[in-house]
Amino acid sequence: MNDSQAAYLQVENLTKMFGDFTALKDISLDVFESEFVCFLGPSGCGKTTLLRAIAGLDIQTRGRIEQAGKDISALPPSERDFGIVFQSYALFPNLSIKRNVAYGLENKGMAKPDIDARVKELLELVGLSDQGDKYSAQLSGGQQQRVALARALATSPGLLLLDEPLSALDAKVRGHLRHEIKELQSKIGVTTIMVTHDQEEALTMADRIVVMNHGIIEQVGSPNEIYDDPASPFVADFIGTMNFLEATIAAPGRVRFGAAELTATDADGLQAGSDVTICIRPEDVTTRGVDAGTDNAIKATVTDLEFLGSVTRATLNVAGDDSLEFRADFSANLMRDLVIENGKDVTVAFPTDHLHVFTERVQTEVEV
Amino acid sequence: MSNGAITTTAAGLAGQTIKPKVSSEDWIMRAVLVGIALYLLITMVFPLYAILSKSFENPDGVFIGLSNYIKFFSTPALFWSIQNSLTVTLITTFIVVPLAFVFAYALTRSCMPFKGLFKGIALIPILMPSLLPAIALVYLFGAQGLIKGALMGQELYGPIGIVMGECIFVFPHVLTILLIAMANADARLYEAAQVLGAGKIKTFFTVTLPGVRYGLVSAFFVGFTLVITDFGVPKVLGGKYNVLATDIYKQVVGRLDFEMGAVVGMVLLVPAVAAFFADRIAQSRQVALLSARAVPYEPKPSRRFDMMMMGFCMLIGALILTVLGTAAFASVAKLWPYNLSFSLNHYDFDLMDGGGWDSYFNTLELAAWVAVIGTMAVFTGAYLVEKSKGFETGRSMMQFLCMIPMAVPGLVLGLAYIFFFNDPDNPLGFIYHTMPILVICTVTHFYTVSHLTAVTALKQMDPEFEAVSSSLKVPFYRTFIRVTVPVCLPAILDISMYLFVNAMTTVSAVVFLYSPDTALASVAMLNMDDAGDTAPAAAMGMLIVGTAAGVRLVHMLLSHGLLRRTQAWRYR
Ligand SMILES: Nc1ncnc2c1ncn2[C@@H]1O[C@H](COP(=O)(O)OP(=O)(O)O)[C@@H](O)[C@H]1O
Ligand SMILES: [Mg+2]
Repeated sequence: MNDSQAAYLQVENLTKMFGDFTALKDISLDVFESEFVCFLGPSGCGKTTLLRAIAGLDIQTRGRIEQAGKDISALPPSERDFGIVFQSYALFPNLSIKRNVAYGLENKGMAKPDIDARVKELLELVGLSDQGDKYSAQLSGGQQQRVALARALATSPGLLLLDEPLSALDAKVRGHLRHEIKELQSKIGVTTIMVTHDQEEALTMADRIVVMNHGIIEQVGSPNEIYDDPASPFVADFIGTMNFLEATIAAPGRVRFGAAELTATDADGLQAGSDVTICIRPEDVTTRGVDAGTDNAIKATVTDLEFLGSVTRATLNVAGDDSLEFRADFSANLMRDLVIENGKDVTVAFPTDHLHVFTERVQTEVEV
Repeated sequence: MSNGAITTTAAGLAGQTIKPKVSSEDWIMRAVLVGIALYLLITMVFPLYAILSKSFENPDGVFIGLSNYIKFFSTPALFWSIQNSLTVTLITTFIVVPLAFVFAYALTRSCMPFKGLFKGIALIPILMPSLLPAIALVYLFGAQGLIKGALMGQELYGPIGIVMGECIFVFPHVLTILLIAMANADARLYEAAQVLGAGKIKTFFTVTLPGVRYGLVSAFFVGFTLVITDFGVPKVLGGKYNVLATDIYKQVVGRLDFEMGAVVGMVLLVPAVAAFFADRIAQSRQVALLSARAVPYEPKPSRRFDMMMMGFCMLIGALILTVLGTAAFASVAKLWPYNLSFSLNHYDFDLMDGGGWDSYFNTLELAAWVAVIGTMAVFTGAYLVEKSKGFETGRSMMQFLCMIPMAVPGLVLGLAYIFFFNDPDNPLGFIYHTMPILVICTVTHFYTVSHLTAVTALKQMDPEFEAVSSSLKVPFYRTFIRVTVPVCLPAILDISMYLFVNAMTTVSAVVFLYSPDTALASVAMLNMDDAGDTAPAAAMGMLIVGTAAGVRLVHMLLSHGLLRRTQAWRYR
């Protein structure tokens, strides 16, 4: 994003303790005006805690939060400027949909006709114009979610907070609503923070993703940056599928992997002889047009094929070293053209620009 | 990559612990919470302290250490009451719990017909002052009793009468607890037992009993407390058999020995408090046993078993109806047992001692005030305990205060009020001998169960309602009135009903606090029975039962109508 522009929301050195347990460790983060930011991470990593601290619902133990140039660190929620949608929606069951949406407006001393007009506008915005007189129990989950959104937006807050707004819905509705929320957000331009543990949700909706793990931020970046250039093994593993392979540094910028020696820009500054982990996504492994002379070429044998529809995921053994095994995705087209089958010897390449090197040896089991 | 840019402007601030700003709304919440806590302090903790210190004083108010206690434990006529109380209480509980268990088993695990009817009949004694079943027993087994031969020459007045009366009195209370415990059966366990080839009896001992064991323990202790602290039954049927509850009354009202009354009260407090803690432990285990994914158990018809269960329920139902019918019959019989023709003479209360019809109207007034004020205080208090933010110490203290009333026997509370409010130094002394002190005492006496009902209802509400309304800048009291109260209306109506009925039937606490102007129906019953006017006492009892039942019916219709109008959202 634009670093020269002052951030709309600044979180500085935030720490949250629950007794002896540190749920957030020294978190710092900027969110810019009109941006859609996702907090992404496995369950229990502190996403909700961070969101609730920003809302003032569970104020942080230490650290500072500034919104629109104003220090709000210690303010109660009623003195902050935000709208919020919870996973449970928390719609008032005894009030009609209209009254739910009007709830925040009625208190502001707005005239009745103005309230009615605003409610009508909001219900139109979320596509529920004809449902205003019903009660929440009469609506589907997806509709309730949209009512909660309309209620949160009614007072035109500067910041919209969404805590797993879609996770109570079934897959189909979820996919549809993802798109709708994103569209709505860009239309009205409200700065939005959404918490999710679903990487697909974050990748499709966010302008920027904040990947969290165990109370710290692992990486902040656009979906592309996060996906293509993971800053840590955790991010690499949490997002998408990744091969984690043991290798050693042969020379600065060069890694030894089995019998092959590969060029990796990530390895530029590393000491020869040190143990590293190299990472590549199965879909980035190339085969077509690769021969022994290609850069970063590796000879391997197909040992297993898993049909996934449009692609087939192959497991391959590195020639000469049965303990080195990696996965590659082959398109249906390629499977046909190269007659890929179990036991076939192939030459593949790990293109330099998709090859990542981490100095740690990584356990690849990360719970999602 | 723009990794979370750290701004260094306020780096110094980052190290300090944030002190959340307390909003004006938070202050309002805390003030109200403290107000209700103060109410409980003044109407319960301070009086309890007054009775405790009284038990260490001589009649002139001089501290004399343990002298009163030494006197108590060296006077056989006094300390034997401990053994007597424990004897009748344990016998009663060991009779009632198994009977109520089978009854609850029949209602939840059989397919017998008329379950609703049987349950209704079994719950009737809740609407009675405990004096009423005792008086009915006098008509059945007393000197001129209809079937006194059934006692085979044994004396009704004494342990036999007390146990019989108490059994009827506590049956519905014990049954209610067991019904709740049994309703939570998990069908999956029964299916598993069946798959494993366990027979009916084995399933009963390996699945049913373990599933309700905490409910059984809880039922036992609640029954125990109710019986050992009950005053009505031993007052009528105790004869020369002294128990702690009647001793307090005799010491205070008969001998004007307030100090010894205080000592007996303290002694009675011990088993009540012990049973209270045992029950709390059992209850918390029971909750932990519940799994959210339990599948409700659906009993399967079995002709022989269902008929056996119905036979049992008919027997119990017949007993309860006999007791009620006897009281009703005695109240309209001209001169039992010589002239059984119909007459309403016994309802002409103004001719007897005890307060006359005024006492009945006083009772109605008391019950109405208790229901209105009590429900408001209890529900607001429970809301603040559950939903206010921060202020942890204040909230947990309040939670503790709310639980104490359950452990305090009514007689002890009533006597404590004499010591506290009748103290010339107490600026609140002006409420002594007025209607307000009766209202306050009764609200406090029945606070805990009402509080727990409110807490249960509040816990079922979405915890984020308050968060949403504060984000919308709507003050909490608005959401309380517009959302919380309407959503919890069924529980609120239940609480008000509970308070109303108990205010009508209670004797123990108020027996020390009424004045000639504020005589109550249940106390009038007691006094008329004391004076030998047993039939008018039965008549007053019937009036109370009838009114309680009527009010309950109206409440049912009312809440049904109200729910339909205001809770349209409950029906899709
Ligand atoms: N009120 C609380 N008291 C104690 N621990 C808490 C509380 N709220 C959250 N935690 C702990 O803090 C961690 C982060 O929780 P949360 O922010 O809810 O995770 P998530 O990323 O799934 O939203 C978890 O380990 C959780 O158990
Ligand atoms: Mg969460």
